Amino acid sequence: MNVTRGFTGRARVDNPGLPPGQYDAGDDWPVLSAEVTPDLSPADWTFRIDGLVREPRTWGWDEAHTLPESAYEGDIHCVTSWSKFGVRFGGVSLDAFLDAVGVHASATHAVAYAHTGYTTNLPLADLTGGRAWIAWEYDGKPLAAEHGGPARLLVPHLYFWKSAKWIAGLSLLDHDEPGFWEQNGYHERGNPWEEQRYSGD
Amino acid sequence: MTETTASPVFVPPTRFAVPGRIAVSNRTAAVWQTATLTEIRRETPHAATFRFAVPAWAGHLPGQHLMLRLTAGDGYTAQRHYSLASAPDDEGHVELTLDHVEGGEVSGWFHTRARPGDRVEVRGPLSGFFAWPGDRPALLIGAGSGVVPLMSMVRHRRARALDVPLRLLVSARGPEELIYAREYGAETTPVFTRRGPAGAPVGRLGAAHLRPVFEELPAGGWEAYVCGSNAFAEHASRLLVAAGQPVDRIRIERFG
Ligand SMILES: Cc1cc2nc3c(=O)[nH]c(=O)nc-3n(C[C@H](O)[C@H](O)[C@H](O)COP(=O)(O)OP(=O)(O)OC[C@H]3O[C@@H](n4cnc5c(N)ncnc54)[C@H](O)[C@@H]3O)c2cc1C
Repeated sequence: MNVTRGFTGRARVDNPGLPPGQYDAGDDWPVLSAEVTPDLSPADWTFRIDGLVREPRTWGWDEAHTLPESAYEGDIHCVTSWSKFGVRFGGVSLDAFLDAVGVHASATHAVAYAHTGYTTNLPLADLTGGRAWIAWEYDGKPLAAEHGGPARLLVPHLYFWKSAKWIAGLSLLDHDEPGFWEQNGYHERGNPWEEQRYSGD
Repeated sequence: MTETTASPVFVPPTRFAVPGRIAVSNRTAAVWQTATLTEIRRETPHAATFRFAVPAWAGHLPGQHLMLRLTAGDGYTAQRHYSLASAPDDEGHVELTLDHVEGGEVSGWFHTRARPGDRVEVRGPLSGFFAWPGDRPALLIGAGSGVVPLMSMVRHRRARALDVPLRLLVSARGPEELIYAREYGAETTPVFTRRGPAGAPVGRLGAAHLRPVFEELPAGGWEAYVCGSNAFAEHASRLLVAAGQPVDRIRIERFG
């Protein structure tokens, strides 16, 4: 251990919800996207699933809203070290979209892509079983553009760069294919509890 | 058989911003190294530059950042990202410039406790998308400590005597808060938002600041780099789009 002389740090909080190396950002919700926030209205928003599926499909805003509502209440964790507790997102479980297209047995991974062209890769297992959403509400209100509105992917058990803002689609693959940050040295899975920040962690 | 592969065929309505500029070494990013503080230089009442010896530093490109970690006696750690302020060199030194954030855990330690000889840990360099190798004409826009990665670009261009066009628009509340004030040359236009030197205009970065830069558009256009708080990044990137800068040539580093 390399102790830093004179550094004591903040009062220790015994918070079992805080993954290693993270701190509680409180009411702050930092924005860290690398691109210009797009001017995307709900009417222009679409969400597509293609690749290794029986029936590729594209949903518009209204169509997507006919699927059963589902909410996430819990915590989110950003690789830049902040975590945010007790957030509330509303939208639709990704399972509902995946059921509609019929996932091929050979699919193992997905590339999520945004309306800006941003991409991120995920194991399919992280997107199914009630652990991922397409979210369009935050705290009961429409999701703000800088946070990914009209709709973003939400995969709260992984670092938040996996939760692609301005989500446009998923391509299902039989192999892993690094996305934007993953090509820039970030970890292929990004599990905050294992502190998988950078490739090789 | 149904569909086989599977690369995204989607064409975004807005073209993609920020394709990565350089490949990042995954090996150097994974290793924590000891960085020994060798010098502290005051820049403004709220910002200071910290110079470190990192003997095995793998080198970096202007615009990249590192992760820095402080460890307390009981094993508690705090880690934050900091942009590299220094131009790449082969001397095994890097410089960071930190704002003193009120109540800040890491910047507070640097501004109140740190002294030469202290050791911290760093890993990096990280992230290739904001890097500027010195190849394309660069339009740099920063506010506050957001000027740090941009200064690395200005210094790199000078150190290598590159003749590729480069412009820096840097926003600060007043002259005494302008980081690196003594180092700027003809490439830089300071924008003062609250107080200016006698006779100088005071106000927010606006379309009028960008107009002359776009009137002298270099061959192939500008590669734009924007850095600062999220609010500043949103404002500056909107101005750039309005001035005709393609969105896929605007790279944004938000300090969160
Ligand atoms: C890519 C990148 C590059 C960056 N480059 C630079 C740079 O070159 N220079 C620079 O100065 N900064 C830079 N930053 C910002 C830097 O990473 C830190 O966020 C900044 O230094 C503040 O950290 P801190 O530990 O001092 O403050 P923190 O302790 O994180 O506090 C930040 C604010 O939140 C409040 N706060 C947070 N947690 C608590 C808590 N538990 N209780 C009470 N209050 C709390 C603090 O009071 C303070 O107002 C960069 C950020 C990124 C993402």
